Amino acid sequence: MLHYILFFSFGALAVAGAVNLLIQKHPISSALSLIVVMGSLSVEYLLLGAEFVAAIQVIVYAGAVMVLFVFVIMLLNAGVEEHEGRGSRMAWTFGFPAMLGLGILLAWLLARRDPANVPVPVGAMYGSAKLIARQLFQPYLLPFEITSVLVLIAIMGAVVLARREE
Amino acid sequence: MTVTGFVLISLIKIVVAMFVLLTSVAYLTWFERKLVGHIQNRWGPSRVGPFGLLQPLADGLKFIFKEDITPPYVHKTLYLLAPLIALVLALTPIAVIPFSPPVTIAGLQTPLQITDVNIGLLVILGLTSVGVYGVALAGWSSNSKYSLLGGLRASAQMISYEVALGLSLIGVLILSQSLSLQDIVYSQSGLWHGWLPNWNLFTGFQFVGFLVYLCAAFAETNRIPFDLPEAETELVAGYHTEYSSMKFAMFFMAEYANMFTVACLASILFLGGWNGPIFGFPEYSWQAGLLHVFWFGLRIFCFLFLYVWIRGTLPRFRYDQLMAFCWKVLLPLSIANILVTAFVVALRS
Repeated sequence: MLHYILFFSFGALAVAGAVNLLIQKHPISSALSLIVVMGSLSVEYLLLGAEFVAAIQVIVYAGAVMVLFVFVIMLLNAGVEEHEGRGSRMAWTFGFPAMLGLGILLAWLLARRDPANVPVPVGAMYGSAKLIARQLFQPYLLPFEITSVLVLIAIMGAVVLARREE
Repeated sequence: MTVTGFVLISLIKIVVAMFVLLTSVAYLTWFERKLVGHIQNRWGPSRVGPFGLLQPLADGLKFIFKEDITPPYVHKTLYLLAPLIALVLALTPIAVIPFSPPVTIAGLQTPLQITDVNIGLLVILGLTSVGVYGVALAGWSSNSKYSLLGGLRASAQMISYEVALGLSLIGVLILSQSLSLQDIVYSQSGLWHGWLPNWNLFTGFQFVGFLVYLCAAFAETNRIPFDLPEAETELVAGYHTEYSSMKFAMFFMAEYANMFTVACLASILFLGGWNGPIFGFPEYSWQAGLLHVFWFGLRIFCFLFLYVWIRGTLPRFRYDQLMAFCWKVLLPLSIANILVTAFVVALRS
């Protein structure tokens, strides 16, 4: 029972944060909503039993990536967005309900067709640091190393792009 | 142990830990002012009570009665939220710090630790990572040049040194094979050849990791020699320029609580935690527990002494020197430490 309460409340919190990110006019409020989303996802990972991934989600996503987002917003002094108008009446009466209906229909069809879609019990995806390390350094060693090279290329690209012309 | 028993024990532990932490934070300010005073050849606080021991009480009263100004040009929500974030995330790490192995109290056996999470070390790293928001949001929401620059500098410094901090801990993790703080302390018990304590600093050969950890932790907590973002002669007071009374006191307390956490963590990871002779008392008795807490407290005291000693002695780094030191010196050193430690452990087993 408690796991249902936790799952749905943190899922709702994540969705609310994501919707708030889109609604808010000031970039800082959007960034803070995104931090709420990251935190809720971390709790969802914890409910699955993936303790290491939950901790890394907080340390890397909420604690480093989002700090840099907030950093850039503060540095560039991004101001409040201008109000673009309320959107057409067609969009509100037909567009959103139709998209919602289509989304629900699609989700129901896909869930029915895939037999592997069973509910996952709490703690099913248990991943301690040791287990994840064994997976990363033995079967998945090549993707791991290539990803680190990819990140290095991204860093170098950022440095080249932001370099002052001398 | 029943559920209600567990909840009751945990509540008692939380209350005791909070009381100990807040009192330590208050008296750490007294200790710092006394010690820095003596280093500078003057008395520290000596008027309020014997040896100035009631000074923290006087400071607390001052902060409560001071006028709490909220400037009209600040971004109100974030202005109020930032010191809360800083303080809450500075007080939380005490939940995973082990003060002693299991102790038998009134028939129940429980370690003197609020909770032994099996990713305890990552919890502390995560809390310090998210604690950067307190500083960054304070600097931005104060809507003032000095605050913004101080906040940006402080957060850039903190996230850079977090990398070196995390990497310096990996040597310890390779040696103790676990992220749980209680396990890390257990792995450092016993004596090597009967005389040298089996700490990660000595028999684990983690002196490079220890030094990198100390430098990175000093920078994380924004203490001299890395306190440019909040130095008075540099940016007025950096990110807490526009804060008065209780909100400033919260930043102040958060800084000292962070110092306490760092000292605890350094003792646990490199100096053997609560290990120490228990003089023949039985394993899980309360006397052994008290002795363990005493040995842990002794190590924490040594680190806090080191913190204050360095504050009174060294000048501060310039900002570019600070960042160059992190990325060009500490990062390569910590990576080299990981490589050598991993090599030695792999060759040995």
